[in-house]
Order: sequence, then C-alpha cells, then structure tokens
Amino acid sequence: MKKRASWSFAALALGTSLSALADYKLNLQTPVTKLGEEVYDLHTFLLVICSVIFVVVFGAMFYSIFKHRKAAGHKAANFHESTTVEIVWTIIPALILVAMAWPATKVIIAQKDTRGADMTIKVTGYQWKWGYDYLDEGISFHSRLATPQEQYENYEGQKPVRNADYMLEVDNPVVVPVGKRVRLLLTANDVIHSWWVPAFAVKQDAIPGYIRDTWFKAEKEGVYRGQCVELCGKDHGFMPIVVNVVSQEKYDAWVGEQKKLMAANQDDPNKVWTLPEMVARGQKVYDSNCAICHQANGKGQGAFPALDGSKMVVGPKADQVHLLLKGKGAMPAWEKTLSDTEIAAAITFTRNSWGNKTGELIQPAEIKAARSM
Amino acid sequence: MATTQQPDYFVPAPSWWPFKGAVALFGIGLGAALLVNSVPFSWVPLAIGIAILLWMLFGWFGDVIRESEGGVYSKRVDISFRWGMGWFIFSEVMFFAAFFGTLYYLRSISVPELGNMEHKILWPDFKAMWPMSVAPNGTEPYQVMGPWGLPAWNTLILLTSGVTLTWAHWGMMENKRGQLKLGLLLTVLLGALFLGLQVYEYAHAWGDLGLTMASGVYGASFYMMTGFHGMHVFIGALMLAVMYFRSVKGHFTAEHHFAFEAAAWYWHFVDVVWLILFVFVYWL
Amino acid sequence: MTTTVHTPDHAHGDDHHDHHPHGLTRWLAATNHKDIGTLYMWFAFIMFLTGGVMALCIRAELFSPGLQFVRPELFNQFTTLHGLIMVFGAIMPAFTGLANWMIPLMIGAPDMAFARMNNWSFWLLPPAALLLMISFAVPGGAAAAGWTLYAPLSTQMGMGMDLTIFAIHIMGISSIMGAINIITTILNMRAPGMTMMKMPMFVWTSLITAYLLIAVMPVLAGAVTMVLTDRHFGTSFFNAAGGGDPVLYQHIFWFFGHPEVYIMALPAFGVVSQVIPTFARKTLFGYHSMVYATSSIAILSFMVWAHHMYSVGMPVTAQLFFMYATTLIAVPTGVKVFNWIATMWKGSMTFETPMLFAIGFVCLFTMGGFSGVVLSIAAVDIQLHDTYYVVAHFHYVLVAGALFSLFAAVYYWLPKWTGFMYSETRGKIHFWWSMIAFNVTFFPMHFLGLAGMPRRIPDYAVQFTEFNALASVGAFAFGIAQIYFLFAVLLPTIRGGAGPAPAKPWEGGNTLEWEVPSPAPFHTWEQPPSRELVDKLAAQQQLH
Ligand code: HEA
Ligand code: HEA
Ligand code: HEC
Ligand code: CUA
Ligand SMILES: [Cu+2]
Repeated sequence: MKKRASWSFAALALGTSLSALADYKLNLQTPVTKLGEEVYDLHTFLLVICSVIFVVVFGAMFYSIFKHRKAAGHKAANFHESTTVEIVWTIIPALILVAMAWPATKVIIAQKDTRGADMTIKVTGYQWKWGYDYLDEGISFHSRLATPQEQYENYEGQKPVRNADYMLEVDNPVVVPVGKRVRLLLTANDVIHSWWVPAFAVKQDAIPGYIRDTWFKAEKEGVYRGQCVELCGKDHGFMPIVVNVVSQEKYDAWVGEQKKLMAANQDDPNKVWTLPEMVARGQKVYDSNCAICHQANGKGQGAFPALDGSKMVVGPKADQVHLLLKGKGAMPAWEKTLSDTEIAAAITFTRNSWGNKTGELIQPAEIKAARSM
Repeated sequence: MATTQQPDYFVPAPSWWPFKGAVALFGIGLGAALLVNSVPFSWVPLAIGIAILLWMLFGWFGDVIRESEGGVYSKRVDISFRWGMGWFIFSEVMFFAAFFGTLYYLRSISVPELGNMEHKILWPDFKAMWPMSVAPNGTEPYQVMGPWGLPAWNTLILLTSGVTLTWAHWGMMENKRGQLKLGLLLTVLLGALFLGLQVYEYAHAWGDLGLTMASGVYGASFYMMTGFHGMHVFIGALMLAVMYFRSVKGHFTAEHHFAFEAAAWYWHFVDVVWLILFVFVYWL
Repeated sequence: MTTTVHTPDHAHGDDHHDHHPHGLTRWLAATNHKDIGTLYMWFAFIMFLTGGVMALCIRAELFSPGLQFVRPELFNQFTTLHGLIMVFGAIMPAFTGLANWMIPLMIGAPDMAFARMNNWSFWLLPPAALLLMISFAVPGGAAAAGWTLYAPLSTQMGMGMDLTIFAIHIMGISSIMGAINIITTILNMRAPGMTMMKMPMFVWTSLITAYLLIAVMPVLAGAVTMVLTDRHFGTSFFNAAGGGDPVLYQHIFWFFGHPEVYIMALPAFGVVSQVIPTFARKTLFGYHSMVYATSSIAILSFMVWAHHMYSVGMPVTAQLFFMYATTLIAVPTGVKVFNWIATMWKGSMTFETPMLFAIGFVCLFTMGGFSGVVLSIAAVDIQLHDTYYVVAHFHYVLVAGALFSLFAAVYYWLPKWTGFMYSETRGKIHFWWSMIAFNVTFFPMHFLGLAGMPRRIPDYAVQFTEFNALASVGAFAFGIAQIYFLFAVLLPTIRGGAGPAPAKPWEGGNTLEWEVPSPAPFHTWEQPPSRELVDKLAAQQQLH
C-alpha cells in the first residue's frame, strides 16, 4: 500500500518536473503581470545586446589569436596608441548603455509607483514563516512550509519522494483576486526577509521596524510560488511563498470562510483554563511556533537550548514569562506576535511536557499582568 | 623627484617585533571576543596580549629611535615616513567618516522615517526629532547634551593645545629647547585636562541625565563618536608625552625631528575631528 | 641610491649579497620583501584550499535536493566563511604578496619602504585566519550571516560572530598597513628616471588599489564595530526600536564592499597588462588611457554601492542614480578590454601558460562583466537579486577574473622567483582543465538564478536538480585541477622543474624585473638601476 503510494508519487513527480522543465529552466519564469512582461523583455533585450558585443569583440580577439600567431609567422607591428580609437571605444559603449538604461528607467518608475491600489495586504516576515494581514478584510494568518521535515531532512537512510512542489508548498496560501491591483506593506519581526514571487516580478525586502511597500496586479488565475530571498538564519531556505490568484467570486467566498474560521479560533481572554486544556492548547502553539528551534522533543539543537530539563523552564515562572515576552538574542520576543492565551499556553505546555513535571498552570491573566509591568 | 645623486635608503635587519605584535593581537582578539561573551578567564589572553603589545611598542619604537638618533635615516627615509604618516591619518579620517556618515543617516533618514505617517502602524507614539530624547520603543526619556557648558570649554582647551603645540614647534625650529619642552608639556597637560573633563561629562550624562549607550541612537552615536575621539586624544597625548621625554633626553634637532611632527600632525587631526564633532554632535 | 642593508652578516663585515638569515628568523622576523611576498603567496594558497574545501562542502550538499550531509546552520556557516576566507584570506593577500615581490623589482627599489611594518602586515593574517577557524568550535558555531554580515541577523549570532568581527579588525589593520607600504614605496622609491608615467601597469594598478584599501577598510571596521556594540553594549544603530536602521548597515557595508570588489579586480588588470604585451611581443596599447581608465573605475566605485540594495526599497531617484552610475563603470572597463585586444592585434603571439590564463581572463571576466551590467539594470535586478545569477556573476569576475590572473602571474614570474622553469605541458593541462571545469561549475548557475533559485539555501525545489548536480561535478573537477597545480606544477618547479631559468625567460618582457638574475637574489637594486637602463626599457615599451 505504502509502496504503491510512493510509486504513484514518483510518477507524478517525474511528470510534473518534466513539465516544469519545459516551463522554466533556462530563462526567467513566465510572467503573469504586465510589469513582469516588461522585465522579461528588458532582460531579453540586454541579453541580446551583450551577446552581440561579445561575439563582435571576441570575434576580433580570436581572429587575431589565429592570424597573428608567431607560429603562423606573423611579425609584431609597431603601433601602440591612437587617441581616435580610444575616443571611439569610449563613446560607443556609452551610447549602448544609454540605450539600455532608457527603457529600464520607465519600468523602474512603474515598479515604484504604488498608488491606486484596490486592496492592501500587510506582510510580516518571521523566522521562519510569513504572516499576512488583509487590512481591508481584517483577515490574518500565518503561512508556513508544508513539506514535512522528514522529506528534506534525510541525513541517513532512504530518500523520501519529492514532488514538484517540494519546498514550495505552504499550509495557508495568500489568496488574491485576479486583475486587481494589490499593494503589499512589508515589515519583519526579527531580521530582514525578502518577499519574492518571480512570476509577478516582485521582490521587496521586509525590514524589521520599517514599512516598505510594493505592488502587483496578476492578470491570470493560477498558483504562483516564490521564496524568501534574504538570508534570515537557519531556515532561510524553508520559508516559501504561495499566492493563489482566483476569480473575484472565489475570492469573496474565501474571505467569508476565513472570517468564520477566525471567529471560531478566537480565545476568550478572560476564560479560566484547566491544566489539561491549557497543555493541549499549548501543544498547538508550541508546534507551530517553538518546535522549529527547540524541536518537537524539546531537546533543542545547535545554538537553540533544550527546554526539556531547562533550569529556566522548571524554575520560577516569572523569568520564563519575561523571556517569552521580551526575547533574548536569537530567541524572538513574542509579545507582539502571540496573544496572552497563547503565551500562557506555551509556557504551561513547556512546564508540563517531556521530563518537565512542574504541574504549574499559567493563566492568560498572569501574562496580561506581566505585560503591563 | 628622482635625481641622479641619491642618498641612502635603509633596510632594517630581521626583527622579531612584528611577529610578537601579531601574537599580541591574536591574544587581544581572542580575549576580547570571549570577554564580551562573559567567558570565564577570558581576561587572561586579553591581558597577555596587551602586555605583549606594550612590550612590542616599547621595543619597536626603541629600535626606531636608536636608528634615528644613530643617523641611519636619510632624507629619503624621512620622506617615506611623511607619506606613511600622512596616509595613516587619512585612514583615520575614513574611520571617523563612517561614524559621521552614520550620524547623518540617523538624523536625516532613519529617525524621520520612523516618525512618518506610514510608520504609525509600527510605532504609534514616536515623534521624530533630533536630538532624540525618547526612542521609538518608548524607553525612559533622557536629557540631551547641550553644547554651551563643558563641551565649549573643551573646544577651547583643544584649540589652545593646538597653539601651545605650534609654539613648541617654533621652539624646536629655533633651537629654543626650553620653549620646546614647555610647549610639549603644556599640550600634554591640556590633553589630560580635556580627557578629565570628558570623563566628568560622561559621569554626569550617564548618571544624572540618564543618557546611556542604550538610550536609542542618540545615546549610541553620542558615546560612540565622543568615545572614539577621546581614545584618539589619549593616543595623541601619549605620543606627545613620548616626544616630551625624548626632548628632555636631548633628542631631535631643528632639521631632523619627524617623530615630533608626526605626533603634531596627529594632534591637529584629533583637534579637527573635535571641531566637527562639536558642531554636529553637540551643537546642531 | 645606495642602500644600507642591516643584516647580521653585515655586522660581521662580510657583505656578501646572498647571505640571508636562516631558519625561523628568516621567516618569522623577515624584513625582506621577497621573503614576505613568498609568505603572503603561500598563506593565500593555503587559504584558497581551505575556502575551496568549504565550497566543496556546499556543492556536495547541493548535489541533490534534500539535506544530505550538513544541517542548515552549518551550511550557512560554510557559505559565510567560504566568502570571507576567499576574499580576505586568499585573493587580497595573494595580490599583496605579488605587490611585495614585484613592485620593488619593477621600480628598482631595494625593498619596501617600511620593511618591518611589512612583516607585521603579513603576520597579522595567520592570527586572523586562526580566529575565523576557531569560531567553528565555539558554542553556536561560526558566523552564519553571509560574508556581508547583515545586521540584524549578525546581531543574533553567537560567539562566532565576535571572533569574526575581531578577525576582520585585524585583517583590516593588516590591509591598511600593507597599502601604506605600497603607496610609499611607489611614490618615494622609484629608480632615477622612472617617472609615474613610465611605471609598469601592474605598479599603477597596485597603487590605485592601495588607495582604495586605505579609503574603505576603515569604513568596514566602523561597520563591524557598530555590530559589536549593538550585540553587547546596548546600542541600537541597526535596530528600529532605538531609532536605528538595518539598511544603514548595508549602506556602510557596501560603501566598503563595492570598492572592495575592485580591490580584487584592479591588480588583476595590472597582471594581465604585463602578460599580454610580453607574449604578443608588442607594447601595451594605450598605456595612458589604461591609467586613466583604472583611475576612473576607482573613482566611480565609490558612487555605485547601492546597486547591491535595489530590493531594500530606496526612493526611485536613488534607484535611478545608482543604476546610471553603475552602468557607467562598463565604459572604462570596456576601454581596458579593448586595449588588451588591440595589444594582441597584429602582435606575434605565443601561448605559454601565463598567456593562456590571461586570455582566459579577458574572455571570462568580460562575461562576468556583462552579467554585472544585466544586474546593474535595477528593473531586472529585482528578479535576479539574491539568486544564483548573482553567484554566477561574481564567480566569473572573481574566479575566472581574480584567480585566473593570479595563476597567470604565478606562471609568469615563477622562473624569477624559483630560478626554474615550470613544465609547460603541465601548465597547459592545468589551464584547460580549470577552464573547462570552471565553466561547467558556474555557467549553469545563470540558468538556476533566472529560473528562480535563491542563493544561501541548503536545499532547493526539484526543478533545479540537474543544473545543481552539474555544477557540483564541475566544482570537484575544478578542485582537483588545483591539487594538480600544487603537486604537479608548483612543488616540482621549486625542486628544479624543467631546468634552470634564464634571467629573462620570456622574449617579450621588457620591465626591470627581468634585468636581475633568476632566481632573484636576496637583495636586489641596492644600487638602483642606471638611468640608461631605465630609459632603454621605457623606450622599448614606447613610454615617454
Ligand atoms: C572582482 C569582482 C567584481 C567585479 C569586477 C564586478 C564588476 C561589476 N559588477 Fe559585480 N559583484 C561582485 C564582484 C564583482 N563585480 C560580487 C562579489 C558581488 C556579490 C556580492 C554579494 O552580494 O555577496 C557582485 C554583485 C553585483 C551586483 C548586485 C547584484 C545583486 O546582489 O542583486 C551588481 C548590480 O549592479 C553588480 C554589477 C557589476 C557591474 C556593472 C560590474 C562592472 O564593473 C563590469 C564591467 C565590465 C564589463 C561590462 C565587461 C567589459 C566591457 C566591454 C567589453 C564594453 C562594452 C560593454 C557594454 C556596452 C555593456 N555586481
Ligand atoms: C573570492 C573568491 C572566491 C573564490 C575563488 C570562490 C571559489 C569557489 N566558490 Fe565561491 N563565493 C565567494 C567567493 C569565491 N568563491 C563569495 C564572496 C561568496 C558569497 C558568500 C556569501 O553568500 O556570503 C561565494 C559563494 C559561493 C556559493 C554560493 C553559496 C550559497 O549561496 O549558499 C557557491 C556554490 O556553489 C560557491 C562555490 C564556489 C566554488 C565551487 C569555488 C571553487 O572555485 C573553489 C575551488 C577550490 C577548491 C575546490 C580547493 C581545492 C582543494 C581540495 C580539493 C581539497 C584538498 C585538500 C587538501 C590539500 C588538504 N561559492
Ligand atoms: C528563532 C528561534 C526560536 C524560536 C522560534 C523560539 N525560541 Fe526559545 N530560544 C531560542 C534561543 C536562541 C534561545 C537562547 C537564548 C539565549 O539564552 O541567548 C531560546 C531560549 C528559550 C528559553 C530559555 C531556555 C534556557 O534554558 O535558557 C525558553 C524557556 C524558550 N526559549 C521558550 C520558547 C518558547 C515557548 C517558544 C515558542 C513560543 C520559543 N522559545 C521559540 C530560539 C527560539
Ligand atoms: Cu526569511 Cu530568508
Ligand atoms: Cu558592486
């Protein structure tokens, strides 16, 4: 059963990777925005000019190498300067460069013009996931790599199957309507990340503490993939971006669904939790926020300390509350990213999991109190 | 410049000082890297490194002074020293340029940007101004440093020290050894006075005004720039002190005293940096 | 210009030329420009192998998708240290070593201006390299923020980052002292009759490079110092919470970083400008415009730094300014390329190994230059920034550029250094093997970048598999070629090679270094070359 599944997976992988081959292997990906097309054409234009210069210049050089060899009996001539040719080969390249920079200028001005947006999404880079806030709709969610860890972490043993979207699939894709001008506001929580979707020709760094903006208008429905392209630490290679461009109706439906989901997930901040409830809630928070560094088994890895048996986790809770809120070094500050309930849950979970058996329960109210200190 | 009748050039014999200096910097680099991470006993390599470095400085400069007084340095060697010192000072100029560039960027670009409309999403309460007395994350407010108290006195002190140094140089040129020594001594004392006042100012700013390195970029750039400047005053004063002791020992002649001039160039450079600092860090 | 050379033998009244200090004193206490040059060259080569082994670890991991050998943190450490070691440990010291060996010989000076300081410049490098290597062993491992050490990622790292920062300080001190030495030597110690406009091209490019070094190394020191204080002393230069800006770090870094890439390119231009005329048996075409072009490149290099930052979100005017300034650099660089070709034109060429590497340089460097021009167009760079296209670009200019020119230099001057000829056949094997393996490694990276593969990632989507596999195979082949160079060319030549070399092994060489015996004696030009000799050689080079 398992074997058959993996076979069909392999066939699928082969098929898709072949079609991927045909799609984009030697050149930029097929653009789906007008700007993307302009960039694509601009690149082709530059490539052609450079190739022509290359052929002309090195044609001359190889001609000379062939003709003016000592072995071919050629005697050295005796010229060594000419102001005229120096001027000529200063001016001609300069003119060529003007011809290159001119069309580029127009594209750059268009790239930078973020006015007239139909909708705005705030994008936040985290180590190592993306957060999206639809400012007009009030929808927020996080978007993480969906490829399971065992699929890429094969240090030893047999290689798992990888499909075409290996490394490029997320749990919650961005959804936008087709043909709408979308403005992105980018920022980051910890270090610099960079949001890139090749098919849109959009690449913008997300800088912690600052807001940067860019825009795109996708002309064709489909699923478009990209990756974080600014080195952001350990899992820089593992924070992909997926954008679903859909029709307006589908988009509206999706918005409705998301709103319902968000309402269902709301925690009541005044609720008083029991220990098992809190540990269960904490498990979720831990898996989606903490396990990436401290590992699911709490044993840590490399620079990331083990929480299992950690002095801080089994010691006075105030220290841990403070650390989670404020962060330290590579440990992020969670005060802005997680709610009181979530922080309380994560702490309760770490204090009652693996070898840690404190039996302590932290209520959201305690976090609220710590925040206002 | 190259004439047919060339004076001697001097190529020194093998010397162990540079190698010792390399060992010293290894100790210092390693020790410092461990020290900032609070590794126990990291002061050991650091201290050993500094000790070796001092030993090297004494030994190496001792050799140079002996050679110089022994008369093996020709006119051409002298010119080499001049080029060397000149370009060294230029490298120091670029070092300070990095910090002045930083200051410019912070004042004119990053702080205003953090206070603009778009950034209200992230920093709702921050108001851009310079000198900045509250950082965007709302740390404790602190008071900023005004120019017209101590800093103005310090400016005066450094300017005076430039004058006394030039006066000493005149003494050297006219073979008035008393004037040379007195001028040097005064300059060193003025330098020390400057440093003393600077320490006093730091204590006041840190303790009373609540201005620390962690007080946002205003505090950071304030301490970084005045701190590096102070360090250079210290080094310059040391150089001049050495020149003082050498002149007491009867070194230097009216024609042959580049070591003195090099120290003087350095001192004037430090002076100029202060003037720019005074204008951009304290005043404007 | 007669010279007092203070050697121990001198003290014993026995002033024979070739008596030099022995044993450890000779190397650790060296004050001789040739010995120090040799130290530099060996150090650089060892660092090249070290950085190369890291590159091979990177390539091995990237041979196929998935994580095979190294964890992501270690991968990032390899990438970072590979970049740092190749730039600061291999290429820059190698050019300083060449300058040490050759400048006094080429301008008729007895030694470098500050012989003891010269030794310090060298001996600071091994401790710095040691600090970098130690950082792999400390908790948290080596720096993993890329060789650019962008804040705030670099403020997050562990102790390895601090070791790296101090290593950079030490290497910076070394470079600045080396540069002061080169400038002073060139300005003050030329033989009678050798005016600036009669200096060999390599001397010119070294001079201009030294100016660049003095101008930018202190700026880098400032940048990493601020990272250090942000890490440990509570400052917030690169932290918005205190009013700072991560982008500020990038501005300072690239103000250093862009001139830095020309620090690695200009001396290469100098080497090629020596080699091509020699083997074309024709003087360098357009000497004056070469000097002006080199200077223009140096000056322009201070005005283009933000082309590394098109994606940080600068105002459109800044974007355009930096784009125009960057494309301008292609003009003087083009002038250099055209002058080299005009030098070959109607020459009487032979193709010994130095010439092969020089031609390989001109060809492949230009390709790297073209990809640079594509990147300089900001609109297109938005697609290519931080992808393998950039990796392809800079390996074309650094490996096929800087490194190939270094090979050309080594083959060219090896007879002068060792007194023996290398084996021409083996040299040619080394060249062709490197040439092919290089292109197999780095050409496919253009495609990877265009198709969307980001750089600095340990794992990638499956559609990138084939080209990555190809590149990895090429990288190992290229590495083996360098081992071949070490064991089949370099070491045998030192031990006698293809027989003793004449003072002037190349028919076309007409600069001063060929006027001293091979191997060059321990002390040369204690009596400066005669005015007549200098004038005669200048006339042969048609310099007036
Ligand atoms: C030796 C080193 C070296 C050299 C010489 C160059 C030369 C050039 N580089 Fe490169 N570059 C690097 C090393 C170098 N670079 C490195 C290391 C990086 C990456 C750093 C990092 O991020 O880690 C980089 C990155 C880099 C970028 C940033 C890419 C990105 O991150 O998005 C850009 C963008 O503009 C660029 C441009 C150029 C240009 C325009 C030149 C020009 O000087 C090239 C000029 C030469 C020619 C054009 C060829 C000859 C000319 C003619 C034959 C005339 C006719 C030609 C025309 C009319 C076009 N380089
Ligand atoms: C300055 C010069 C320079 C040189 C010469 C090289 C040489 C090479 N580089 Fe380098 N590279 C950089 C500068 C350089 N690089 C920089 C600046 C970066 C950016 C870093 C960053 O992103 O921060 C980079 C990044 C970089 C990457 C991207 C990494 C990433 O983004 O994650 C890759 C990937 O393929 C790569 C590959 C190679 C290869 C295969 C070589 C080969 O040419 C190497 C060939 C040499 C050898 C293989 C050595 C031979 C030795 C042996 C075979 C072992 C023998 C052992 C003993 C004798 C003991 N380099
Ligand atoms: C980006 C990686 C990262 C993530 C995500 C992360 N941590 Fe950490 N954590 C660290 C690092 C690094 C440290 C060590 C900090 C230091 O001491 O400098 C740390 C330290 C800690 C400690 C103190 C351990 C000790 O013994 O000192 C606790 C407790 C902790 N983290 C809990 C959490 C919880 C709970 C979460 C999720 C809500 C989390 N961490 C998410 C990186 C991370
Ligand atoms: Cu996030 Cu790279
Ligand atoms: Cu550049």
